[in-house]
Amino acid sequence: MLSLNKVSKTYKIGTFGGQDLIAVRDVSFDISPGEVVSLIGESGSGKTTVGKMVLKLISISSGSITLDGADVASIRGSAVKPYYRQVQGVFQDPFSSYNPIFKADRVFEMIRSEYFAGMARSEWSDKIDAVLRAVTLDPGQVLNKYPHQLSGGQLQRLLVARALLLDIKVLVADEIISMLDASTRIDVLNLLADLKSRGLGILFITHDLSLGNYISEKTVILRRGEVVEMGATEKVFGRPTHPYTRLLLSSVPQLHKKWATIEAELAAPIGGGKGCLFHDAYPLAGRNPQPGSDEPTLVKIEDDHYVGCFDLDSEKVARVA
Amino acid sequence: MSLQVSDLRVYYRTLAGDVKALDGVTFSIADKEIMGLAGESGCGKSTLGNSLIRLDGRMKYVGGSVNLDGAEVPIWDDNDMVPFRFREVSVVPQYAMSAMNPTRKIGKMVSELTESRGLRFREIKEELDRRIDLVGLDRDVLKRYPIELSGGMKQRMVMVISTLLDPSLLIADEITSALDVSTQRAVAETLVSFRDHGFVKSMMVITHDISILYQIADSILIMYAGKLAEKAPTGTIIDKPRHPYTQMLVSSLPEVGVRYVNKKLAGIPGSPPSLLDPPTGCRFRARCPFAFSKCLEEPPFVEVDTDHSVACWKVSGPDA
Amino acid sequence: MTAIPGTSTDVTPAVDDAGKIPAPAAKRARGELLFFSLRSKKFVISMAVLLFLAFLAIFGPMVDSTDPLAQAGLPMRHPTLDAGNWFGTTYFGDDVFSQFVNGLRASFFVGFLGGGLGALIGMFVGFVAGYRGGWVDEILNMITNVFLVIPTLAVLLVITSYLKARGVMFEAIFIGITSWPWAARAIRAQTFSLRSRDFIDLAKLSGRSGWKVIVFEIAPNMSSYLFLTYILLFGGAILIAASLDFIGLGPTGGMSLGLMMYNSVTWAALQLGIWWWFVPPGVGIIALVGALYVMNVGLDEIFNPKLREM
Repeated sequence: MLSLNKVSKTYKIGTFGGQDLIAVRDVSFDISPGEVVSLIGESGSGKTTVGKMVLKLISISSGSITLDGADVASIRGSAVKPYYRQVQGVFQDPFSSYNPIFKADRVFEMIRSEYFAGMARSEWSDKIDAVLRAVTLDPGQVLNKYPHQLSGGQLQRLLVARALLLDIKVLVADEIISMLDASTRIDVLNLLADLKSRGLGILFITHDLSLGNYISEKTVILRRGEVVEMGATEKVFGRPTHPYTRLLLSSVPQLHKKWATIEAELAAPIGGGKGCLFHDAYPLAGRNPQPGSDEPTLVKIEDDHYVGCFDLDSEKVARVA
Repeated sequence: MSLQVSDLRVYYRTLAGDVKALDGVTFSIADKEIMGLAGESGCGKSTLGNSLIRLDGRMKYVGGSVNLDGAEVPIWDDNDMVPFRFREVSVVPQYAMSAMNPTRKIGKMVSELTESRGLRFREIKEELDRRIDLVGLDRDVLKRYPIELSGGMKQRMVMVISTLLDPSLLIADEITSALDVSTQRAVAETLVSFRDHGFVKSMMVITHDISILYQIADSILIMYAGKLAEKAPTGTIIDKPRHPYTQMLVSSLPEVGVRYVNKKLAGIPGSPPSLLDPPTGCRFRARCPFAFSKCLEEPPFVEVDTDHSVACWKVSGPDA
Repeated sequence: MTAIPGTSTDVTPAVDDAGKIPAPAAKRARGELLFFSLRSKKFVISMAVLLFLAFLAIFGPMVDSTDPLAQAGLPMRHPTLDAGNWFGTTYFGDDVFSQFVNGLRASFFVGFLGGGLGALIGMFVGFVAGYRGGWVDEILNMITNVFLVIPTLAVLLVITSYLKARGVMFEAIFIGITSWPWAARAIRAQTFSLRSRDFIDLAKLSGRSGWKVIVFEIAPNMSSYLFLTYILLFGGAILIAASLDFIGLGPTGGMSLGLMMYNSVTWAALQLGIWWWFVPPGVGIIALVGALYVMNVGLDEIFNPKLREM
């Protein structure tokens, strides 16, 4: 349904724009209907940039994003509005997502004035009621209130409700629960998981591996703009192969195991884990090709499990032919 | 050393009235104990941490006492607290790593700090160097500006500075929240090493992330809406909690390995009460699935097992 | 600083049977503004002064319909503070009070129009530069800088040498066209900081873009700031107009406070002891501009909760 193909984003920085900052390099993955894909990375990994590129808030430098086969980057001007009927986003900070001087349900009004201008008031009211109930919110409790009168959890759910007004196909959820309290997080998370049954595809961006593991079918691990490991969630978490994935998993504080135990228990990586897996077989290993080149960037190590080749002797993540 | 807090009450003055952030808090921390203080936003944990070292302008001390190593700590008087701060009680405040003066080299900042405490920088330089080595930083970090360091490095530097005079009690307020997962572990383990090396006698680690506490704390104190809910050794809180809030909180945490398709976790419906006008009786009763008639009366925070105290009628009441 | 616990979710009102919720916060927000406005001495006093002067400006010429430029009586008559001779007469016998209230009117007009024009240009340039960024921002910045360094006095001198007659309108427009740069700068800076907030992204995701975002999302958020900017431009315009009039570059016809001062100096009012000729316009200018600036400070306190005293 949503397909990213060698998507890259390069910024020009420096005094006269002479240097290139590659924020995202050759990221490719798919989201199918009813599937949650988690995009996991730490700060500086480029995960938010990927999310914003899908939402067309940031332009793509190279590569392509397609929705049901149609190219997304070439959508301009008046064609952008219909795109947003199919793809929507929810962001991290609920209190920054609302204009503080207006009431919270103004976000619904904006949708109405842009997409449903002709609809009768009563019909619109019913529509609002329906989406609010779908996100388990009581209309009486959240309508007609200012953002500071509602809790973070309610605000985030309101934003999901807003997205549902539009019959979207893809929802980009960028760290939507990291600013919520522990007791409300799980409710919003469960809500997202429930939406899968509507055929919604969700790009779940997070830095928290346990959340990604809980909710998603596919996992993509991002480091400094590049995919280092991706595949079916239970395979990535079950047999983490890339050293970075293993580092992440051994650093996540867990509730029933101490760090030392987790580290010792990490299943041995496929292929032994010492040195580049394919170094000998592929003489081109060690090069660092520019984004968008024809070479594939990930290697399949088992069914539904891909890894970027790594060179343990240096910091760079090299690409393989 | 030991810290003894009895019936501490600290309110915030606001235009709308007094916000009862801490409303009668009693607990103690033993020597060499790392106690975690956990709770959700608005429960008063930051207020508790801050009140032990500095009451800022908005906080009003209302009652209660704090005893450190047998001596009373005069938290209500800013001037009287001066000899305590940094020497006996020290704090790593929230957002500390962003609070370093960006126009000052780190070494200069440390020397200014120590001179203000009446110490010659030369005297402590040797110890400072040793500690910088211990936390895994390079000695020339003193010649750098804060902007040149990463988040984890800044946090560790701040921790070294805060513990330079070997305080009895260190209060660490959300020191891992703003860090990446891979750095969190390093910083948390550094904290434990300070205790193990004897730089600090005891610690109060304030955070909302209970899983970090599981990794480094000896005991955990759970707060809810300005009151204490439960205090017990770490393992007990995680595996055998007795307060309904703790039980629901722990069971709502997704862990690596738990998947939605296999086991759907549940949150706690509702939200914490307003502290402007808190409800009478147990403050959790509106959200508690076990609430019954006695809960209209406030449950005392009593010891139900060795080192295990709970404030809940279901646990400590006559019908428990 | 620790966040004050328990205040992020304010009093959650109970739902009554009809499912209707009272909206105390909306009323409270407006009520709060009113409450603080009335509590602020600066605001109340300056507002009182302004209202008084505005009253004089509006009703003065109607009550005293004497032509300010016509001879009204014996020259150099002392003010007697009674009808027909409130402020006395000038060297030529013109009624000072009539000149004063007409001058006040002119001042308000210049402030309103000149300040308004400056505010509009400043807002347009500031919003567009701040929102679009990139090369649009660069070009607009260049234009702003050019206008900032133009020696307005020299330009005015050149222009007036070509114009036979100038009205108050011309003066107001000229002031408007030359006083907007600082407002544009300030608005651009604010817009920059608001541009990266999530609710702007959300507006874009709702199908809004460009001018719609500026008008419906950014400007309302800055409404108090825009209001304060206008007040400063208003006061500034009056002061500039008075200064221009005082050196003889003001409107060729009509009357204004600056012109009164200019005339009184030209005709040696100080030496002749005709103090009632220059004292009212001087006090008038000071009171008007001063009240506006003080109100600006007062309003800043009212709008910005952090500056309020507890």
